[in-house]
Amino acid sequence: MPTVVKKHPLAIRWFHWLNFPILACMIWSGLLIYWANDEYKIKLGQKEFFHFFPDGFYKTLNVPFRLAEGMSWHFTFMWLFFINGLLYVLFTIFSGQWRLLLPNKKSVKESWLVVLHDLHIRKAAPEFLKYNAAQRVAYTLVVLMGIGSLLTGLAIYKPVTFSALAWLCGGYEAARLEHFILTLGYVLFFLIHIAQVIKTGWNNFQAMVTGFEIIKPNQTVNNE
Amino acid sequence: MNNSTHTFPQEQLSKKQLRRKTLLSFLIFVVLGAGAWALFSSVKNAPKDDGASKPLRSVLSTNESIFSSVFSSKKLVKEYPVSAAAKAVRVNGSDGLEDAVDTADWRLHVVKQNGDTLTLTLADIKKLPKKDIVFDFKCIEGWSQVTHWAGVSLKTFLETYGLTAESKMNYVGLQTPNKKYYVGIDMPSAVQEQTILCYEMNGAQLPLNQGYPLRLIIPVKYGVKHLKRIGTMYFSNSKPPDFWAERGYDYYAGH
Repeated sequence: MPTVVKKHPLAIRWFHWLNFPILACMIWSGLLIYWANDEYKIKLGQKEFFHFFPDGFYKTLNVPFRLAEGMSWHFTFMWLFFINGLLYVLFTIFSGQWRLLLPNKKSVKESWLVVLHDLHIRKAAPEFLKYNAAQRVAYTLVVLMGIGSLLTGLAIYKPVTFSALAWLCGGYEAARLEHFILTLGYVLFFLIHIAQVIKTGWNNFQAMVTGFEIIKPNQTVNNE
Repeated sequence: MNNSTHTFPQEQLSKKQLRRKTLLSFLIFVVLGAGAWALFSSVKNAPKDDGASKPLRSVLSTNESIFSSVFSSKKLVKEYPVSAAAKAVRVNGSDGLEDAVDTADWRLHVVKQNGDTLTLTLADIKKLPKKDIVFDFKCIEGWSQVTHWAGVSLKTFLETYGLTAESKMNYVGLQTPNKKYYVGIDMPSAVQEQTILCYEMNGAQLPLNQGYPLRLIIPVKYGVKHLKRIGTMYFSNSKPPDFWAERGYDYYAGH
């Protein structure tokens, strides 16, 4: 008889899987908007290393001349992004799940050990409960990033109404740059997240859909 | 086995039960995923309402009512010292400026509620008290620039010409003389004290490409609402046609 361990509450699975298409739509529509004034570059002195984004990138994704469409999606999905994120945070607080999520005293140091382990530099991984130290840091950070996107977004959307917020962001243009950098952060998070999920395997992945992880005799539980 | 798993609830299942549970979860997952995609496609392909998909347009209108009722339209935009103003002012678009314009011929036509039309020359408008404003001009494209403008406050203008009844209506509409470019503005934003009928930029006559002889400067709105070369002004309780809103943009376009 297989034993299953109930790992992810139904609510968390809903928030997680709803967030995926919502955030994807926010990033896509954000790109349609950004195209209209794609001023960000990585420069060192006079030398330009990378321009966000090359023409080929826009062409492949069919981005050009869709500013109005992008804004209409963005200002619709902002509500879904906000409501889903808010419900997730409230649920984690009231269910006590935050204890498994928030980094503790050891987490910062330990997350280095996790990274070293993942890079095959260190043999043993630190012991952990639901999430390891690196996950605690990363998953908490991504929630904070969500709050950051919301605040910088409001500062760009209504810079007069939320003038204090725009000031806190360092002004309208700074808020736009911060909003953009946070978006790059999600993409980076996504890539690492997918790689880790693939690495950890099916049992861990299916738990995010079914809620339970299967323990077979003599097998350890992986937690990604 | 990892000791920590003991803190999570465990359950013994038969292989059949486990298979059934897993299958059911994935079935629901796939169905919901397909549903989400179908919903997205239906919104994307929905009939258009003024250039934007209907469901999205209704959210934009809802956003407008939320933001305009929760927050005051009287809030002032931050002003800057004249020294902060850009010398090279960005020019973005020349819609409605296709024809030549001559001060001798140009008139501002103000269509009153009773059907009468006030016809004013630039000199008439310049007689009214002049107001300077230096503020951060913002474009929906995502750029902004601190710029210096001067003219008469629209609120003062309406009061001076006895357009009290008109200023109590819901919207003001503006058109270029050739009527090819037009904008509609909610009255609370239009009579916010920083809104001006502008005829000067950087202390000099408004350049042709900036809307000479008279343009709107409305700091609480994005650039799409700052109509260049005003020919006609009128008032309405329903939304006047708006060039950019017809092309899918948010009608309110406010800050």
